[in-house]
This record gives sequence, C-alpha cells and structure tokens, in this order.
Amino acid sequence: MGNDGKHTLSVLVENKPGVLARIAALFSRRMFNIDSLAVGPTEHAEISRMTIVVNVEDTPLEQVTKQLNKLVEVIKIVELEPDASVQRELLLVKVGATAESRSQVLDAVQLFKAKVVDVASDAVTIQVIGNAGKLADFLRVVEPFGIRELVQSGMVAIGRGPRSISERSLRPVVTPAPPAAS
Amino acid sequence: MSEQTITGAQSLVKSLEAAGVENIFGIPGGAILPAYDPLMDSTIRHILVRHEQGAGHAAQGYAAATGRVGVCMATSGPGATNLVTPIADAHMDSVPMVAVTGQVGTDLIGTDAFQEADIRGITMPITKHNFLVTDAADIPQKIAEAFHIASTGRPGPVLVDVTKSALQSQTAFRWPTELQLPGYRPVTKPHAKQIREAVRLMLASKKPVLYVGGGTIRSGASAELRKLADLTGIPVVTTLMARGAFPDSHPQHLGMPGMHGTVSAVAGLQKSDLIISLGARFDDRVTGQLTSFAPNALVIHADIDPAEIGKNRRADVPIVGDIREVLLDLIAVLEQERAAGRESDYEAWITFCAGMKKAYPLGYDNTLDGLAPQYVLQRLGQIAGPEAIYTSGVGQHQMWAAQFIGYERPNTWINSGGLGTMGYSVPAAMGAKVGCPDTTVWSIDGDGCFQMTNQELATCAIEGIPIKVAVINNDSLGMVRQWQTLFYNERYSNTNLQKHGGGAGTVRRIPDFVKLADAYGCVGLSCESPDDVDATIEKAMAIDDVPVVVDFRVNKNAMVWPMVAAGASNDAIQYARDLAPKFEEDDI
Repeated sequence: MGNDGKHTLSVLVENKPGVLARIAALFSRRMFNIDSLAVGPTEHAEISRMTIVVNVEDTPLEQVTKQLNKLVEVIKIVELEPDASVQRELLLVKVGATAESRSQVLDAVQLFKAKVVDVASDAVTIQVIGNAGKLADFLRVVEPFGIRELVQSGMVAIGRGPRSISERSLRPVVTPAPPAAS
Repeated sequence: MSEQTITGAQSLVKSLEAAGVENIFGIPGGAILPAYDPLMDSTIRHILVRHEQGAGHAAQGYAAATGRVGVCMATSGPGATNLVTPIADAHMDSVPMVAVTGQVGTDLIGTDAFQEADIRGITMPITKHNFLVTDAADIPQKIAEAFHIASTGRPGPVLVDVTKSALQSQTAFRWPTELQLPGYRPVTKPHAKQIREAVRLMLASKKPVLYVGGGTIRSGASAELRKLADLTGIPVVTTLMARGAFPDSHPQHLGMPGMHGTVSAVAGLQKSDLIISLGARFDDRVTGQLTSFAPNALVIHADIDPAEIGKNRRADVPIVGDIREVLLDLIAVLEQERAAGRESDYEAWITFCAGMKKAYPLGYDNTLDGLAPQYVLQRLGQIAGPEAIYTSGVGQHQMWAAQFIGYERPNTWINSGGLGTMGYSVPAAMGAKVGCPDTTVWSIDGDGCFQMTNQELATCAIEGIPIKVAVINNDSLGMVRQWQTLFYNERYSNTNLQKHGGGAGTVRRIPDFVKLADAYGCVGLSCESPDDVDATIEKAMAIDDVPVVVDFRVNKNAMVWPMVAAGASNDAIQYARDLAPKFEEDDI
C-alpha cells in the first residue's frame, strides 16, 4: 500500500474522564508517534471510540496495541486496513480567490466534490472530505492561489460490511466482586 | 431494612475492612482527615509512619512478604506526591498495592487549592490503574475494583484518590456484587497449543535454561518450578527479583544472571540453545547488550502480561498465562511425552554448566584491610538462615546480599529491583515484619540508603516492630564509587559521605549510627573486625523486643564482582577486575 508505516487503530474505550489523557500519556511515554487522533461518541452512551493513526513499523505496532490493551478503560482495539474500511478526514481551508482566480478555485472545488462554506471579497473557505491522499491532492491544486488558513480533523474510520466492531466486545463482562471479609 | 446512612469516610473504612485489609501504613492530613476518625474504631491497624515514602515502601514490603495487597494512606498534595516513588517502585516490580489518598473538596479541584495536586494525573504512568472518587456512593465500588485490579493478572499499584467532600457527605454503604471493568480481562490459563509447542522445543533442545523471574514468585509457583526442574534436569537461573524462587542449595541452580550475576548463570544463558523464560522480562541489567545476548537461543517466553512478550527479545513461543498454570501444563505434557518414551538428553550441557559453577564460584578479595562486606553478608545469611526475611536498599550491599546470602524460599528476598530505589530497605522491612511478625526480618542497607529513610526506626520502635538493620557502612555511595573507580579514573566526585581527608577511625563519623539508633529507641551495635562479626550478629539475633541497628564498618574499596559493564555484551563478563573467565573456548 505504500503507507510507510501508517496504521489506523480503532479503539473502544469507556466514556470516562481522563481516558484521553491516559492514552496520550502512554504514546508519549513509550515514544510512539501519533499522526492523528479523533475521539467521539458511539452508538453506546457508555463507550467512546478513538481513531488513532500511528506511524510505526509492525513490531512497535504490536507493542502499541499491547500497551493500549493494558489500560483498564480500553475495551477493544481493531486495526482497520485501508482496503477494508472507509477512512475520512475533514479539511477546512481558506484560499485566496481574486476576480481572476476565483473560477479556477471553484473548478477545483467541483473537481474534488468539495464545498464552499464561506465567501469573502478576496477569499473563499472550502470544506473537503476524504482520505489523506485526496486532501493532500486538493491542497496541492489550490496552493498556487494562496492558502491563508488551514484546519484539519483527525481521521475517522469504519470497517466495511454489515458488522460492527462493538458487537461482540460489548457483551456485558460480569466480574463478580469478592465477598466482603467478615 | 433500609440501609443506614453513614459518612463517605465511614464507607471508606467499611470498604477497606470488606476488602480484607488488616494493616494500613499512613499519615493523616487535612483532606484525608475525615477517614481517620472512623479508622479509630476499626478492626484495621493503622501504623503511623514518619514519612509517606515509608508508608508506601512498608506496604510494598508487607505485600512482598505475604502475597497480600499492601495498603498505604496519605493526604492530598505533598502527602500524595511523597507516595510517588513507592508507587513507581511497585509498578516496576509488580507489587500488589492500594494507595488511598485524600483530595481537596470537589468544588476546589482545579483551583490550585491549598495542598492540591493532581495525583491521579501524576500517577497515571506509574499505576496499573487509578481512580478519582468525587461521589461518596462510588466509594465501595471503587475500593473493590482497586483491590481486584491490584491483586489479579500482573499485580501492581492502584491509587484511589477520594475528595474530602465525598468523605464528608452522607451515603449508604453497599458492598458491590459485581465489578464494572469491561476492559479488564487478564488471561491466566495458557493456550494448550503454545504449551505443546514449548514442550516440542524443550525436547529438541540440547542446551536449555530455565530463566526464572519475579513473576514466578508473585504467582506462587516455586513448588511447580522445582517439579519441572527435577523432572527435566534443566539448569536454572534466578534473577534479582526471583532470588528464593528456587533453592540456592539445589545443584541445578546456576545463580543470578546479569550485570553482577554469577559466571555460570551468565554463561548458561549466553551458551544456551533454548531459554525458557518464566515471569522474567529480559531487563537490560540481565541481557547486557541486547544484540549479543544468548545469540543462539530460541526463546519460550511465558508471562501473564502479553506486553512483556517480545518487548525486548523476540519470542519463538509466546505463552500468555499465570506462571503457576504454565508450569503445571508444561509438566503435564512433559510427563505424557516421557510416558511415550520421548525424553531429551541434556547430559553434556548439565556437565558444562556444573563445570562453570565449580570453576567460577562466587568469591571476593579477602586481602583488603579491615572488614569485607561480603563476609558480613555471608555470615549474616548463615546465622539468620533461610527462614529469615531479608530486605535491601540499592547498590553494592544489595548485590552482595543477593549473591552471598543463600535463599531457599520465595518471598524471603525483598528488594527494589526495577526502579532501584535507595531507601527502600528499612520501611520495606517494617512492612514485612508487620505481615510476618514471627519471622526474623533483616534490613540490609548501605549507609547512603539508610540515611534516606531511617526515620522509620521511630515507627518501628514505637509500634513494636522489631526489625534488625545491618548497615553495610563504607562511608560512601559505594556502587557509584565503584563505577568511578572503574570508569572515571578514580575521581571520586560526590560519593564520600564523610569528611574529606581524615583517615578511618580518626575522624568523627557523621552521623554516628549507634547513637542514632539509641536516639530512635533502638539498640545500636557496631562491628569493625571480622573476628567480631559472628558475636555481633548473634547479639542482634538475641534481641527481639526492640529494633536493632548494626553498623558494620567495612572496607570502602571492596567491589562487586563478577561484572558486565553497562551496555557491554554478557560475553565480556569480568570474574574479577581484569579477569575474564574462559567460557568462549570451552567446547560444549
């Protein structure tokens, strides 16, 4: 795939305060590089889902996964292969658009199925949704017009097909508490 | 019957009682103060220490000696941050421990209130898990979960931070019937396929070694280890954390591997064709330079923590599981194979290992003036015997204690292996003695370490915890000094703990440990000559109502050997200074 060590991990975690800090601290402490991280709610109120893109070789990836799994509040980790999943990022970019260049900019918007979300006298703000490659291509095309400001989300990803990664992992795991000592 | 309404503080104490806690080491302060009131009426014994670090290490010593969860308690802010070192220590050495800390009131969190510290944030990377409890109703649930997490799977420290407002509010006590830990599912039962694969490698091997780590002790698997060793004849090495997991007197025992390991243990690993790792983690102090560690060995790596497997050294057969269960399964399959006539012949290898053990026994330079520290520890081990518990600090005395005392039973050697915390010994001995009041507990300490935590002698004297302390006193930070001798041209920068210039005996010792012991209500003894060692130890052994401190004034030029320099290959082990053993040339 030529994705030079990039891996996309979907991590189901308990929706509790401090979970993000734990995960961020783990990556920092073990010297793993995060390319992007996105957190949000899922179809279950008590579960949050993180999509983490890491840039590591296979052996460190195994360590990342194992170390993440040791966190008590991490419920499940799945690596999403690019071919078997839909991966999306959101880009908002403010591009210079003068009377002369405006039509060229709008052509690019159309070509990339992007959307103009704000217009000013000499600039437009464009929303682009896609995978990392598409966003990079778009930026290359509009770069000559002048990129004034750029903001980008982390990647979110979902596996293709009918099944949900949360199905099996959310069966209630009953751990009986030890009885009270007399 | 409706449940009685009680305070969160009462609920906390009831929860600790329900969790089976019998002893807590701690110090009260503002935020935790509400909990100390019901503690007065509890069945739990609270031992008031002199410094929170002492409470933490005492909880560790208690846990390591008994196998039960150790508990320490402190207030918010500085009380909690003083627990950081013991928590990190327990994390590195997989010690089951619960730390309960007070936190400022919920409304004050985040305001930089008096004695506020984000102890949950601070301890995230050094705890197995931690909780902040802001609602009194959650207290029993979180305490139950904390004890479960601390004591199951790979044991470790769990911190429960409880706000003062939660302690002060009204609640109903209800001990949970279920734990809410959907992401916590430690695997204890090894996979049968992996066990069969491991046995296949063991039978095919000509030169196997059992590499035994601290996990074998935490798992309580010494008897099973003994059985496997006896069944197969495979030589055994026990790491610093595993001393006592296998009897030192056993002929198959090659000793401790690593930087200051025996030549036979280091050679045994280096020359092996199969390493069977049992609850060990291929620490840099064991492997030396990783790329040249045991270059021809396949690895069976059994550990309860999957993240340890393949972390440093690639595993050919990974086995996730509790070591005791792993050993039981290995034994069962090996016995089946044996019944079917399949056995391995390790005879030549066993002969080689036994030869190394005979050719390079542990020894020391007896030509130095005065008292040799190794002699003190050898005699201490022989007089106090393998039934005693030995704790230690970190440095030369620790290595000599690991080398020259003979250990026969698990949980009798308690030290800070992973974090290497100077000052661990005295409070850990205090905790071990509380857990095992009928056992003799010797704290072996250096004069540097001893000055970091000896305030707990006051606790021991007042609370009736008669530990014995052997200070191996060389007037210096001995291990650092040894490295300065070897690697820094004998430039002794900041390792002399006494006044410069004066010869030994002519200058006043600061402090005088004998007087210090007396000031703390302990008996202080001193010993400077090999002729007095036995009599001094026996005198200390005869005192069992108060703590004893023995100041063994030893020769400061004594060094720890054998040694593999940091980062060097294990093949470059020095048996003594500038003396390399010959195990490369031996044909095996």
